[in-house]
Amino acid sequence: MIPAAFDYHAPTSLSEAVALLSKHGDTAKVLSGGQSLLPLLKLRLGQAGHLIDIGRIPGLEYIKEEGGMLRIGGRTRESALERSEVVRTRYPILLDTAQVIADPLVRNMATVGGNLAHGDPGNDHPATMLVLGAQVVATGPKAERVIPIDGFFVGLFTTALQPDEIVTEIRIPAPPARSGGAYVKFERKVGDYATAAAAAFVTLGASGLVERAGIALTNAGPKPVRSTAAEKLLTGRRPDAAALGEAARAAGQSATPSADRRGAADYKKEMAGVLALRALTKAVQRAGGR
Amino acid sequence: MAMHTIKLTVNGEPHEATVESRLLLVHLLRENLRLTGTHIGCDTTHCGACTILFDGQPVKSCTVLAVQADGRQLITVEGLEKDNKLSAIQDGFYQEHGLQCGYCTPGMMITGTALLERNNSPSELEIREAISGNLCRCTGYVNIVKAIQHAARATKQETP
Repeated sequence: MIPAAFDYHAPTSLSEAVALLSKHGDTAKVLSGGQSLLPLLKLRLGQAGHLIDIGRIPGLEYIKEEGGMLRIGGRTRESALERSEVVRTRYPILLDTAQVIADPLVRNMATVGGNLAHGDPGNDHPATMLVLGAQVVATGPKAERVIPIDGFFVGLFTTALQPDEIVTEIRIPAPPARSGGAYVKFERKVGDYATAAAAAFVTLGASGLVERAGIALTNAGPKPVRSTAAEKLLTGRRPDAAALGEAARAAGQSATPSADRRGAADYKKEMAGVLALRALTKAVQRAGGR
Repeated sequence: MAMHTIKLTVNGEPHEATVESRLLLVHLLRENLRLTGTHIGCDTTHCGACTILFDGQPVKSCTVLAVQADGRQLITVEGLEKDNKLSAIQDGFYQEHGLQCGYCTPGMMITGTALLERNNSPSELEIREAISGNLCRCTGYVNIVKAIQHAARATKQETP
Protein backbone atom coordinates (compact mmCIF):
# COMPACT_ATOMS: atom_id res chain seq x y z
CA MET A 1 0.00 0.00 0.00
CA ILE A 2 1.32 3.38 -0.99
CA PRO A 3 0.51 6.51 1.01
CA ALA A 4 -0.85 9.58 -0.77
CA ALA A 5 1.98 11.94 -1.73
CA PHE A 6 3.41 14.25 0.91
CA ASP A 7 6.47 16.42 1.39
CA TYR A 8 9.13 15.14 3.75
CA HIS A 9 11.33 17.29 5.94
CA ALA A 10 14.21 16.12 8.09
CA PRO A 11 15.16 19.01 10.38
CA THR A 12 18.31 18.63 12.45
CA SER A 13 17.29 20.90 15.32
CA LEU A 14 14.21 21.31 17.45
CA SER A 15 13.78 24.97 16.51
CA GLU A 16 13.90 24.08 12.82
CA ALA A 17 11.30 21.35 13.36
CA VAL A 18 8.98 23.68 15.26
CA ALA A 19 9.38 26.37 12.58
CA LEU A 20 8.35 23.83 9.92
CA LEU A 21 5.32 22.85 12.00
CA SER A 22 4.35 26.51 12.45
CA LYS A 23 4.72 27.11 8.73
CA HIS A 24 2.64 24.15 7.63
CA GLY A 25 0.08 24.19 10.45
CA ASP A 26 -2.32 21.31 10.60
CA THR A 27 -1.26 19.96 7.19
CA ALA A 28 1.94 18.80 8.91
CA LYS A 29 2.42 15.72 11.07
CA VAL A 30 5.38 14.84 13.26
CA LEU A 31 7.07 11.59 12.25
CA SER A 32 8.65 10.05 15.34
CA GLY A 33 8.83 6.23 15.23
CA GLY A 34 6.15 6.18 12.55
CA GLN A 35 4.69 2.87 13.68
CA SER A 36 1.17 4.28 13.96
CA LEU A 37 1.48 7.17 11.52
CA LEU A 38 2.85 5.24 8.54
CA PRO A 39 0.19 2.46 8.72
CA LEU A 40 -2.49 5.19 8.88
CA LEU A 41 -1.06 6.92 5.82
CA LYS A 42 -0.63 3.62 3.97
CA LEU A 43 -4.22 2.58 4.68
CA ARG A 44 -5.21 6.14 3.74
CA LEU A 45 -7.14 6.49 6.95
CA GLY A 46 -5.11 9.64 7.39
CA GLN A 47 -3.39 12.10 5.14
CA ALA A 48 -0.62 14.64 5.65
CA GLY A 49 0.74 17.34 3.37
CA HIS A 50 4.06 17.42 5.20
CA LEU A 51 5.86 14.94 7.40
CA ILE A 52 8.33 16.50 9.81
CA ASP A 53 10.75 13.69 10.71
CA ILE A 54 12.25 14.37 14.14
CA GLY A 55 14.55 11.35 13.75
CA ARG A 56 17.62 13.44 13.01
CA ILE A 57 17.35 15.85 15.93
CA PRO A 58 20.00 15.03 18.53
CA GLY A 59 19.25 14.76 22.23
CA LEU A 60 15.72 13.38 22.20
CA GLU A 61 16.49 9.81 23.29
CA TYR A 62 17.38 9.32 26.95
CA ILE A 63 16.14 7.77 30.17
CA LYS A 64 17.49 9.30 33.36
CA GLU A 65 16.46 9.79 36.95
CA GLU A 66 17.15 13.36 37.97
CA GLY A 67 15.70 15.87 40.41
CA GLY A 68 13.21 13.39 41.89
CA MET A 69 11.87 12.44 38.48
CA LEU A 70 12.35 9.94 35.73
CA ARG A 71 12.92 11.88 32.53
CA ILE A 72 12.30 10.12 29.25
CA GLY A 73 13.26 11.85 26.01
CA GLY A 74 10.29 12.17 23.66
CA ARG A 75 11.82 10.05 20.91
CA THR A 76 13.03 7.29 23.25
CA ARG A 77 12.31 3.91 21.66
CA GLU A 78 10.09 1.45 23.47
CA SER A 79 12.89 -1.12 23.23
CA ALA A 80 15.14 1.28 25.17
CA LEU A 81 12.65 1.24 28.06
CA GLU A 82 12.76 -2.56 28.03
CA ARG A 83 16.55 -2.57 28.27
CA SER A 84 16.88 0.24 30.79
CA GLU A 85 18.27 -0.74 34.18
CA VAL A 86 16.54 2.14 35.99
CA VAL A 87 13.20 1.17 34.43
CA ARG A 88 13.68 -2.51 35.36
CA THR A 89 14.60 -1.81 38.94
CA ARG A 90 12.67 1.33 39.85
CA TYR A 91 9.69 1.53 37.46
CA PRO A 92 8.55 -2.05 36.75
CA ILE A 93 5.13 -0.75 35.64
CA LEU A 94 6.89 0.92 32.70
CA LEU A 95 8.58 -2.35 31.82
CA ASP A 96 5.19 -4.14 32.04
CA THR A 97 3.84 -1.56 29.59
CA ALA A 98 6.70 -1.42 27.11
CA GLN A 99 6.82 -5.23 26.84
CA VAL A 100 3.23 -5.50 25.63
CA ILE A 101 3.27 -2.70 23.07
CA ALA A 102 2.89 -4.14 19.56
CA ASP A 103 5.80 -6.56 18.99
CA PRO A 104 9.60 -6.44 19.49
CA LEU A 105 10.31 -5.26 15.93
CA VAL A 106 7.81 -2.41 16.15
CA ARG A 107 9.25 -1.46 19.54
CA ASN A 108 12.66 -0.90 17.94
CA MET A 109 11.15 2.05 16.06
CA ALA A 110 8.12 3.10 18.12
CA THR A 111 8.65 5.94 20.60
CA VAL A 112 7.21 6.84 23.99
CA GLY A 113 6.39 10.40 22.89
CA GLY A 114 4.67 9.11 19.77
CA ASN A 115 2.62 6.62 21.76
CA LEU A 116 1.21 9.49 23.84
CA ALA A 117 0.96 12.16 21.13
CA HIS A 118 -1.03 9.86 18.85
CA GLY A 119 -3.92 10.09 21.33
CA ASP A 120 -5.11 6.57 20.59
CA PRO A 121 -7.11 5.21 23.54
CA GLY A 122 -5.90 1.75 22.51
CA ASN A 123 -2.27 2.65 23.11
CA ASP A 124 -0.70 1.26 26.26
CA HIS A 125 1.34 4.13 27.72
CA PRO A 126 -1.56 6.50 28.44
CA ALA A 127 -3.11 4.44 31.27
CA THR A 128 0.31 3.90 32.84
CA MET A 129 1.19 7.58 32.62
CA LEU A 130 -2.18 8.52 34.15
CA VAL A 131 -1.62 6.40 37.24
CA LEU A 132 1.97 7.61 37.57
CA GLY A 133 0.89 11.26 37.44
CA ALA A 134 3.27 11.96 34.56
CA GLN A 135 3.86 15.29 32.87
CA VAL A 136 4.31 15.78 29.15
CA VAL A 137 6.80 18.44 28.07
CA ALA A 138 5.81 20.01 24.76
CA THR A 139 8.14 22.30 22.83
CA GLY A 140 6.56 24.93 20.61
CA PRO A 141 7.62 28.16 18.90
CA LYS A 142 7.75 30.26 22.08
CA ALA A 143 8.96 27.92 24.76
CA GLU A 144 8.35 24.57 26.26
CA ARG A 145 5.36 23.95 28.47
CA VAL A 146 4.54 21.21 30.89
CA ILE A 147 1.18 19.50 30.44
CA PRO A 148 -0.08 17.40 33.35
CA ILE A 149 -1.17 14.04 31.98
CA ASP A 150 -4.69 14.44 33.38
CA GLY A 151 -5.28 17.26 30.91
CA PHE A 152 -3.34 15.75 28.01
CA PHE A 153 -5.91 13.43 26.45
CA VAL A 154 -8.76 15.50 25.06
CA GLY A 155 -10.67 12.97 22.95
CA LEU A 156 -10.34 10.28 20.33
CA PHE A 157 -6.94 10.83 18.65
CA THR A 158 -6.92 14.32 20.15
CA THR A 159 -4.49 15.67 22.72
CA ALA A 160 -3.75 19.04 24.28
CA LEU A 161 -0.79 19.44 21.90
CA GLN A 162 -0.92 22.37 19.49
CA PRO A 163 -0.15 21.62 15.83
CA ASP A 164 3.25 23.30 16.26
CA GLU A 165 4.27 21.47 19.42
CA ILE A 166 6.49 18.41 19.77
CA VAL A 167 6.62 16.08 22.76
CA THR A 168 10.21 16.43 23.91
CA GLU A 169 10.12 14.82 27.33
CA ILE A 170 7.95 12.76 29.64
CA ARG A 171 8.47 13.29 33.37
CA ILE A 172 7.43 10.75 35.95
CA PRO A 173 7.65 11.53 39.66
CA ALA A 174 10.02 9.10 41.41
CA PRO A 175 7.97 6.59 43.39
CA PRO A 176 7.80 7.26 47.13
CA ALA A 177 8.77 4.45 49.52
CA ARG A 178 6.26 1.58 49.74
CA SER A 179 4.91 2.24 46.27
CA GLY A 180 4.20 -0.21 43.50
CA GLY A 181 2.66 -0.16 40.07
CA ALA A 182 1.65 -2.68 37.44
CA TYR A 183 0.18 -2.80 33.96
CA VAL A 184 -1.75 -5.86 32.83
CA LYS A 185 -3.03 -6.32 29.30
CA PHE A 186 -5.29 -8.91 27.74
CA GLU A 187 -4.76 -9.20 24.00
CA ARG A 188 -5.87 -11.75 21.41
CA LYS A 189 -2.35 -12.14 20.07
CA VAL A 190 1.02 -10.41 20.22
CA GLY A 191 0.79 -7.10 18.45
CA ASP A 192 -2.92 -6.53 18.96
CA TYR A 193 -4.46 -3.64 20.81
CA ALA A 194 -5.89 -4.48 24.21
CA THR A 195 -9.22 -6.25 24.50
CA ALA A 196 -8.89 -4.76 27.96
CA ALA A 197 -5.95 -3.53 30.00
CA ALA A 198 -5.44 -1.79 33.31
CA ALA A 199 -2.73 0.18 35.06
CA ALA A 200 -2.55 0.50 38.83
CA PHE A 201 -0.26 2.37 41.18
CA VAL A 202 -0.46 2.42 44.96
CA THR A 203 1.49 4.07 47.74
CA LEU A 204 1.10 2.56 51.20
CA GLY A 205 1.41 4.55 54.41
CA ALA A 206 3.35 3.48 57.50
CA SER A 207 0.26 1.77 58.90
CA GLY A 208 -0.18 -0.24 55.71
CA LEU A 209 -3.20 1.75 54.53
CA VAL A 210 -3.41 3.02 50.95
CA GLU A 211 -2.21 6.60 50.92
CA ARG A 212 -2.59 7.15 47.21
CA ALA A 213 -4.09 5.00 44.46
CA GLY A 214 -4.13 5.39 40.71
CA ILE A 215 -6.22 3.19 38.42
CA ALA A 216 -6.62 3.67 34.66
CA LEU A 217 -7.83 1.64 31.70
CA THR A 218 -6.79 1.17 28.07
CA ASN A 219 -9.26 0.87 25.18
CA ALA A 220 -12.19 1.51 27.48
CA GLY A 221 -13.66 4.62 25.86
CA PRO A 222 -12.89 7.38 23.37
CA LYS A 223 -9.90 8.40 25.48
CA PRO A 224 -7.80 6.74 28.18
CA VAL A 225 -9.94 6.30 31.29
CA ARG A 226 -8.79 7.20 34.77
CA SER A 227 -11.16 5.76 37.35
CA THR A 228 -11.25 8.31 40.14
CA ALA A 229 -14.21 6.45 41.68
CA ALA A 230 -12.06 3.35 42.09
CA GLU A 231 -9.16 5.41 43.42
CA LYS A 232 -11.40 7.03 46.07
CA LEU A 233 -12.74 3.66 47.18
CA LEU A 234 -9.25 2.43 47.88
CA THR A 235 -7.67 5.50 49.44
CA GLY A 236 -7.33 5.26 53.21
CA ARG A 237 -8.20 1.56 53.29
CA ARG A 238 -6.24 -1.57 53.97
CA PRO A 239 -5.50 -3.11 50.55
CA ASP A 240 -7.11 -6.48 51.33
CA ALA A 241 -8.96 -8.67 48.87
CA ALA A 242 -12.29 -7.04 49.64
CA ALA A 243 -11.04 -3.50 49.10
CA LEU A 244 -9.18 -4.37 45.92
CA GLY A 245 -12.24 -6.21 44.61
CA GLU A 246 -14.51 -3.25 45.26
CA ALA A 247 -12.09 -0.84 43.60
CA ALA A 248 -11.66 -3.14 40.61
CA ARG A 249 -15.43 -3.44 40.17
CA ALA A 250 -15.71 0.36 40.28
CA ALA A 251 -12.94 0.61 37.69
CA GLY A 252 -14.82 -1.80 35.42
CA GLN A 253 -17.93 0.36 35.83
CA SER A 254 -16.01 3.39 34.59
CA ALA A 255 -15.26 1.66 31.28
CA THR A 256 -17.37 2.61 28.25
CA PRO A 257 -15.85 0.34 25.60
CA SER A 258 -17.38 -0.19 22.18
CA ALA A 259 -18.02 -3.56 20.62
CA ASP A 260 -15.63 -4.66 17.90
CA ARG A 261 -14.01 -7.89 16.73
CA ARG A 262 -12.27 -8.10 20.11
CA GLY A 263 -15.57 -8.58 21.86
CA ALA A 264 -18.93 -7.19 22.94
CA ALA A 265 -19.08 -4.05 25.06
CA ASP A 266 -20.35 -5.89 28.15
CA TYR A 267 -17.61 -8.47 27.89
CA LYS A 268 -14.90 -5.82 27.62
CA LYS A 269 -16.35 -3.92 30.57
CA GLU A 270 -16.28 -7.11 32.64
CA MET A 271 -12.70 -7.77 31.53
CA ALA A 272 -11.67 -4.22 32.45
CA GLY A 273 -12.72 -4.99 36.03
CA VAL A 274 -10.90 -8.34 36.00
CA LEU A 275 -7.71 -6.75 34.73
CA ALA A 276 -8.00 -3.85 37.17
CA LEU A 277 -8.04 -6.43 39.99
CA ARG A 278 -4.96 -8.18 38.60
CA ALA A 279 -3.11 -4.89 38.20
CA LEU A 280 -4.06 -3.71 41.68
CA THR A 281 -3.03 -7.01 43.26
CA LYS A 282 0.35 -6.90 41.56
CA ALA A 283 0.83 -3.22 42.41
CA VAL A 284 0.13 -3.87 46.10
CA GLN A 285 2.55 -6.83 46.08
CA ARG A 286 5.23 -4.66 44.54
CA ALA A 287 4.57 -1.97 47.14
CA GLY A 288 5.38 -4.61 49.73
CA GLY A 289 1.79 -4.79 50.94
CA ARG A 290 1.42 -8.57 50.67
CA MET B 1 6.06 15.29 -6.23
CA ALA B 2 8.74 15.64 -3.61
CA MET B 3 11.93 13.83 -4.57
CA HIS B 4 14.96 13.25 -2.38
CA THR B 5 18.41 11.94 -3.10
CA ILE B 6 19.53 9.57 -0.39
CA LYS B 7 22.73 7.69 0.35
CA LEU B 8 22.73 4.52 2.35
CA THR B 9 24.82 1.43 2.96
CA VAL B 10 23.19 -1.92 2.28
CA ASN B 11 25.08 -5.10 3.19
CA GLY B 12 28.27 -3.06 3.31
CA GLU B 13 27.85 -1.52 -0.12
CA PRO B 14 27.13 2.17 -0.62
CA HIS B 15 24.04 3.06 -2.66
CA GLU B 16 22.54 6.30 -3.86
CA ALA B 17 18.95 6.67 -4.98
CA THR B 18 16.52 9.43 -5.86
CA VAL B 19 13.19 8.59 -4.30
CA GLU B 20 9.74 9.98 -3.70
CA SER B 21 8.98 10.96 -0.08
CA ARG B 22 6.33 8.30 0.18
CA LEU B 23 8.43 5.40 -1.11
CA LEU B 24 8.59 2.67 1.52
CA LEU B 25 11.96 1.24 2.45
CA VAL B 26 10.93 -2.28 1.45
CA HIS B 27 10.12 -1.05 -2.05
CA LEU B 28 13.47 0.74 -2.32
CA LEU B 29 15.21 -2.52 -1.43
CA ARG B 30 13.16 -4.76 -3.69
CA GLU B 31 12.50 -2.54 -6.69
CA ASN B 32 15.30 0.02 -6.85
CA LEU B 33 18.12 -2.15 -5.48
CA ARG B 34 16.64 -5.46 -6.69
CA LEU B 35 17.25 -7.10 -3.33
CA THR B 36 14.16 -9.28 -3.38
CA GLY B 37 15.14 -11.48 -0.45
CA THR B 38 13.28 -9.07 1.80
CA HIS B 39 9.63 -10.07 1.39
CA ILE B 40 6.39 -8.16 1.57
CA GLY B 41 3.78 -10.16 3.43
CA CYS B 42 0.93 -8.34 5.12
CA ASP B 43 2.11 -4.79 4.34
CA THR B 44 0.38 -3.72 7.58
CA THR B 45 3.19 -4.03 10.17
CA HIS B 46 2.05 -7.41 11.43
CA CYS B 47 3.93 -10.25 9.76
CA GLY B 48 7.63 -9.32 9.80
CA ALA B 49 8.45 -10.85 6.39
CA CYS B 50 10.06 -7.48 5.51
CA THR B 51 12.35 -7.40 8.58
CA ILE B 52 15.80 -5.92 8.00
CA LEU B 53 18.53 -4.58 10.28
CA PHE B 54 18.34 -0.79 10.45
CA ASP B 55 21.51 0.49 12.12
CA GLY B 56 21.72 -2.94 13.73
CA GLN B 57 18.14 -3.14 15.00
CA PRO B 58 15.55 -5.43 13.40
CA VAL B 59 12.64 -3.35 12.07
CA LYS B 60 9.76 -3.84 9.65
CA SER B 61 10.84 -2.18 6.41
CA CYS B 62 7.23 -1.81 5.20
CA THR B 63 6.77 0.70 8.02
CA VAL B 64 9.81 2.88 7.39
CA LEU B 65 10.16 5.44 4.60
CA ALA B 66 13.07 5.07 2.22
CA VAL B 67 14.08 8.67 3.04
CA GLN B 68 14.41 7.73 6.69
CA ALA B 69 17.23 5.37 5.66
CA ASP B 70 19.38 8.23 4.36
CA GLY B 71 22.83 7.79 5.91
CA ARG B 72 21.89 4.52 7.64
CA GLN B 73 23.48 1.09 7.59
CA LEU B 74 21.13 -1.68 6.52
CA ILE B 75 21.53 -5.44 6.45
CA THR B 76 19.11 -7.58 4.48
CA VAL B 77 18.98 -11.37 4.23
CA GLU B 78 21.36 -11.15 1.25
CA GLY B 79 23.97 -9.73 3.62
CA LEU B 80 24.00 -12.66 6.06
CA GLU B 81 26.21 -14.93 3.94
CA LYS B 82 29.92 -14.07 4.08
CA ASP B 83 32.50 -15.37 1.55
CA ASN B 84 30.12 -18.00 0.20
CA LYS B 85 29.64 -19.33 3.72
CA LEU B 86 26.23 -19.41 5.36
CA SER B 87 25.97 -17.48 8.61
CA ALA B 88 25.28 -19.43 11.80
CA ILE B 89 21.59 -18.53 11.58
CA GLN B 90 21.32 -19.57 7.94
CA ASP B 91 23.06 -22.85 8.67
CA GLY B 92 20.77 -23.40 11.66
CA PHE B 93 17.67 -23.01 9.45
CA TYR B 94 19.24 -25.42 6.94
CA GLN B 95 20.25 -28.04 9.50
CA GLU B 96 17.02 -27.95 11.52
CA HIS B 97 14.63 -27.60 8.60
CA GLY B 98 13.59 -24.20 9.94
CA LEU B 99 11.44 -23.41 6.94
CA GLN B 100 8.52 -24.84 5.03
CA CYS B 101 7.29 -22.42 2.37
CA GLY B 102 10.14 -20.02 3.10
CA TYR B 103 8.11 -16.83 3.00
CA CYS B 104 8.83 -15.71 6.56
CA THR B 105 12.39 -17.06 6.52
CA PRO B 106 14.32 -13.87 5.60
CA GLY B 107 12.57 -11.96 8.40
CA MET B 108 12.99 -14.82 10.87
CA MET B 109 16.71 -15.05 10.12
CA ILE B 110 17.23 -11.30 10.45
CA THR B 111 15.40 -11.26 13.79
CA GLY B 112 17.35 -14.34 14.90
CA THR B 113 20.64 -12.71 13.91
CA ALA B 114 19.84 -9.61 15.98
CA LEU B 115 18.77 -11.74 18.95
CA LEU B 116 22.02 -13.73 19.00
CA GLU B 117 24.08 -10.57 18.76
CA ARG B 118 22.43 -9.35 21.96
CA ASN B 119 22.17 -12.70 23.74
CA ASN B 120 24.20 -15.70 22.60
CA SER B 121 22.39 -18.20 24.80
CA PRO B 122 18.72 -17.32 24.68
CA SER B 123 16.18 -19.56 26.40
CA GLU B 124 13.34 -20.99 24.34
CA LEU B 125 11.03 -18.36 25.85
CA GLU B 126 13.44 -15.56 24.89
CA ILE B 127 13.58 -16.89 21.34
CA ARG B 128 9.81 -17.12 21.13
CA GLU B 129 9.46 -13.58 22.47
CA ALA B 130 12.07 -12.26 20.04
CA ILE B 131 10.27 -13.74 17.02
CA SER B 132 6.79 -12.78 18.24
CA GLY B 133 6.66 -10.05 15.60
CA ASN B 134 7.45 -12.53 12.81
CA LEU B 135 4.57 -14.70 11.67
CA CYS B 136 5.08 -18.10 10.02
CA ARG B 137 2.04 -18.90 7.91
CA CYS B 138 3.02 -22.58 7.89
CA THR B 139 3.04 -22.47 11.72
CA GLY B 140 6.49 -24.04 11.62
CA TYR B 141 7.62 -22.39 14.82
CA VAL B 142 9.00 -25.53 16.49
CA ASN B 143 11.74 -25.93 13.91
CA ILE B 144 12.34 -22.19 13.68
CA VAL B 145 13.07 -22.17 17.41
CA LYS B 146 15.33 -25.21 16.98
CA ALA B 147 17.13 -23.46 14.12
CA ILE B 148 17.89 -20.44 16.29
CA GLN B 149 19.00 -22.72 19.15
CA HIS B 150 21.27 -24.54 16.69
CA ALA B 151 22.77 -21.21 15.61
CA ALA B 152 23.23 -20.14 19.22
CA ARG B 153 25.20 -23.32 19.98
CA ALA B 154 27.33 -22.85 16.86
CA THR B 155 27.98 -19.19 17.68
CA LYS B 156 29.06 -20.02 21.21
CA GLN B 157 31.49 -22.67 19.96
CA GLU B 158 33.06 -20.12 17.63
CA THR B 159 33.32 -17.37 20.23
CA PRO B 160 33.19 -18.96 23.67
